[in-house]
Amino acid sequence: MTLAPDPEGRSGFAALSSFYDRAGGLIIPLAATVLAFFVGGLVVLATGANPLAAYKAIFDGTGLVWFFQIPWDPHSPEFADLQQTLLITTPLILTALAVAFAFRCGMFNIGGQGQYWVGLMCALYVGLHFEGLPRPLHILLCVVASMLGGAVWGGIAGILKATVGAHEVISTIMLNWIAIWTGRWLVELGGPLQGSEPAVPRSNDIDASAQLWPIGTGLQPLHSGIFIALFALVVYHFVLNRTTLGYEVRAVGFNPEAARYGGISVGKNYFLALAIAGAFAGVAGSMDLLGWKFHVAENDFPIGLVGFTGIAVALLGRNKAVGILFAALLFGALQVGTSPRQLDPNVFNPELATNLSTIIQALIILFVGAELLIVYIWQARKRVGFSGPRRVEPELKT
Amino acid sequence: MADAPLLELKGITKRFPGVVANDHVDFELAEGEVHALLGENGAGKSTLMNILYGLYHPDEGEIRLRGKNVRIHSPREAIDLGIGMVHQHFMLIPVMTVAENIVLHEEPHTGPFLDESEADERVREISKQFGLAVRPEARVESISVGMQQRVEILKALFRGAEILILDEPTAVLTPQEAQELFEILESLKAEGKSIIFISHKLNEVLEVAERITVLRRGKTIETVPREGATEEGLARLMVGREVLLRVEKKPAEPKEPLLQVNDLHVLDERGLETCRGLSFEVHAGEIVGIAGVDGNGQSQLIDAITGLRRPENGQIRVADQDLTWGSSRECLDAGVGHIPEDRQLRGLVLDFTLAENLALHDYRLEPDSKYGWLFPRRMIARARKLLTEFDVRGGGPQTLASSLSGGNQQKVVVAREVARNPQVLIAAQPTRGLDVGAIEFVHRRLVEERDEGRAILLISFELDEILSLSDRILVIYEGRIVSEFSPDVSEEEIGIAMLGGTREETAA
Repeated sequence: MTLAPDPEGRSGFAALSSFYDRAGGLIIPLAATVLAFFVGGLVVLATGANPLAAYKAIFDGTGLVWFFQIPWDPHSPEFADLQQTLLITTPLILTALAVAFAFRCGMFNIGGQGQYWVGLMCALYVGLHFEGLPRPLHILLCVVASMLGGAVWGGIAGILKATVGAHEVISTIMLNWIAIWTGRWLVELGGPLQGSEPAVPRSNDIDASAQLWPIGTGLQPLHSGIFIALFALVVYHFVLNRTTLGYEVRAVGFNPEAARYGGISVGKNYFLALAIAGAFAGVAGSMDLLGWKFHVAENDFPIGLVGFTGIAVALLGRNKAVGILFAALLFGALQVGTSPRQLDPNVFNPELATNLSTIIQALIILFVGAELLIVYIWQARKRVGFSGPRRVEPELKT
Repeated sequence: MADAPLLELKGITKRFPGVVANDHVDFELAEGEVHALLGENGAGKSTLMNILYGLYHPDEGEIRLRGKNVRIHSPREAIDLGIGMVHQHFMLIPVMTVAENIVLHEEPHTGPFLDESEADERVREISKQFGLAVRPEARVESISVGMQQRVEILKALFRGAEILILDEPTAVLTPQEAQELFEILESLKAEGKSIIFISHKLNEVLEVAERITVLRRGKTIETVPREGATEEGLARLMVGREVLLRVEKKPAEPKEPLLQVNDLHVLDERGLETCRGLSFEVHAGEIVGIAGVDGNGQSQLIDAITGLRRPENGQIRVADQDLTWGSSRECLDAGVGHIPEDRQLRGLVLDFTLAENLALHDYRLEPDSKYGWLFPRRMIARARKLLTEFDVRGGGPQTLASSLSGGNQQKVVVAREVARNPQVLIAAQPTRGLDVGAIEFVHRRLVEERDEGRAILLISFELDEILSLSDRILVIYEGRIVSEFSPDVSEEEIGIAMLGGTREETAA
C-alpha cells in the first residue's frame, strides 16, 4: 500500500495464475521440458554423439513404447524395460506428493529424503518381525508403520514451525541427516536391524509374507506398489479438494492471515500438512523395501536420492495429481533409459548418459523455477513490446 | 475550446474476454486544463488510461494528439509523446533515493557510474520549477505516501510530460495530503500542463476539475463543466439512477447490551500497549461509531474482540458470554461478525473462488460439509444465492476473488458476514476504496442489520461515515475512549477530541 508493489507479491502471483489458466497450466512445464531436452541434446552433440540417436536409444530403453504396442504383450522385452521404469516411478510419485501437499499449505518440504528413510526403517522393522502373519496383514502393517514413521518425522518439523516458528526448510534438512545417520547405525554399525552376519553392513531380507506381490515377470519384476502410488494420487486430490482438511490447508497456504480470520488454526494445519506429507514419503520408503529391495545395505544410503528428486517432480507437476503422475513417469523413464544396463554403448556412452539424465533433470528444475521470468518476458513482449517480435496490431479505423 | 483540443480519444473500444471494458469511449483534453474522469470501480477509467499510456492496445478507435493520429505501443512511446502517468500503486524502488528514482532511465552519469550530485541538482531544479518540495537524497521507503506521490509526479515531469494522468491519486492520501495535491495540480496547470484526473470521489472532482467526463459500464455518459455540476447530479450520471448520498434511517431502538468491553488492555506486535483501558458497550439495535486518528488502538481493539489477538487484561463479553481469551473460532461461534479493515489481506483468500470465500467461516458446518467431506456444489448453490442478494457483479461462484473489483470484493465480505446472522457485527472501514453506489449499498445494509436487532460497532477514519451512520459516537485517543457524542455533534468538536483536545464533560 505504501511502497512500490513487491515483484514477488500478489500482482506477480495473479499474473502467474492467469497465465496458467490460459493453457490449463501446461505451458511452463512443457516449455521447460522441451528446452531442457534441447540443451541436453547440445551436450550430447558436444561429446561427439548424435543427439537424436541417443534420445532414441534412451527412449527405447525405457520401455514406454510398450504402451503403443497393442495388443499388450506381458512377455515382450519392452515390458521388461517398462517394469524398471515403473519401479522407479512408484516412489517418485509418493515423494513428490510429500512435497506437493506441504506446498499447498505454503511450506517447502525438503525433508522427503528423511521421511522416506524413517518410513523405510519402520517398514523394515515390521517386515523383519511378526513372522507368520497372513501376507496381506503383514504388508498392511508394514505400510501403516511406514506412514506413521514418515508422519512423525514430518510432524516434528510441523510442530516446530507451529510452536516456535522454526522454518521448515531448515528443520526438515536437519531431520534428513538425523534420519540418514540413525538409519546407518540401525543396519550398518551394529544397530538392532543389522543382519545376522555382524561383519556385513546390511540388514536381513524381510519376511516373505511382507513382500509385495509382483505383477510382472523377470528377475526384478514390477510390484503392486505402483497401484498404491496411483491410489495415493487419488487420495491427494480428494483430500485437498473435497475435505474440510484440504480446504483449511489450501486457505493457510494461500493466505494464512485470512485463514486465521476465518477461524482456522494456522499452526494445527502446518503440523497436519507436514505430517501428511511425511506419511506420503514414508510410504515411498516401504514401497521400495517391500517391492524390490527387501533389505537395506550400506550403499543404499548415498545412492538413494528419491526424496530430493521428488521435489523436482512436484515442481514440474505443478503440485497437481495428474501433473505429478506424468512428471514422475518422465523422471523415472529418464533414470532407467540412461542406465548402463539399458543403453547401447555404441550409440551413447552410458557413463555420460547417467550424467545427461542429471543434467536434464537439473535444467528442467531451473527452467520451471524461472517461470516468473518466463511470464515476465511473455507479458512484456505482448504488452510493452520492448523485445521479441512485436505483435501486429489491427489497423485502426479512420 | 475553439481550437483542436490537445488530446482526443475517439470511439475507443477495448474488449477483454467476457467484458467490453471500453465501448466507443470519447474523451478530449484541452491544453492547460484539469479534466476529471469520473466513474464507479470497473467503469473502464483505468482501461482507457492504460490505452493512452500504451499498456493496452485498443480494438477500435483512434487517439489524436495535437490533431495528429498517433498509435502508442508502449509506455516508452507514450513518454516520448509527452504523456506521463502516476499509477494508483506507485512504481518506485523503495531502497533507492528520491533522486535516483526520478532520474531512473535517463540518469546523468560519469562513465558507467551515476552522477549523484548532478542527479540531486537536476531534481532540485525541477522540484523548484513546479513547486513540489522533495528531499532528493531521502530514501523512498522512508518518506510518506504523499511524498512518494510527489516523486511519481516529478518522475513524469522529469521525462518531459505535458499530459499527466493521475489514477485515483487521493485513494492513498490523508485529507491534508489530498489538499496539498490539489494545490500542486493548480501550480502544474499554471505551468501549462494538462491533467487527467481519475477518481470516483464526487467532492474532489468538483474541487479540482474544470470539466468532468463520466464513464459508466465502459461508455461515455456525458462531459459536463464544473459550473453548475452538483454531487447529486454527478452521482446520478455515474450510477445511472438516483443515489442517496445521505443515509436514511429511523432513530435507533437500543435494547440489551450485546457487546461489553471492560478495561481492555492490548499490546500491538511491537509490544507497546495501544489499548489502555478501553470500556464501552454496544446494545442490540444500535450502531456505535468509533472515531479516531489511525493508530490510536483501533486495530488492536478489533483484533481483541474478534479473537485474533490476546488481550493483556480486561474483559470482553458478547451476549453474556465471556470471550476475553476466546480464539477466533470461539468468537465466530459466539456470533461475532467481522468486516475486516483490509479485505485483501484478511477478508478474502484471493486465490479462492467466491464460493470458497463465502464459506470461509462455515465450511465445517452443514450444508457445506459433513464429517469432514466438502460438498462443493452446495457451496456454489449457496454462493449463487448470496451473490445475487448482495448484487455482486463481475463474476459467479467459481470466479477467483482476485479478479473482482474492490467494491465487489467488499460486497462478498459483507455478504458472508451478514449472512451468518451475527449478534455483534464489527465493521472496520467498511467502505474504504468503494464508489458511491457500493457505499450506499453497504451503508443501507448496515442500517438494515441494526434494525434487525444486531449490535454494530463501526470503526472508521472517515468522519462523514461515522457521523452519518452512528447512533452514538465514541472517540478513541491513545487507547482510551475519551469522549462520547450524539450524532448531531459538529465535525470540529469531534475533530478536537480526536486530537486529544480537552474533554468537556460538563454537560451544557
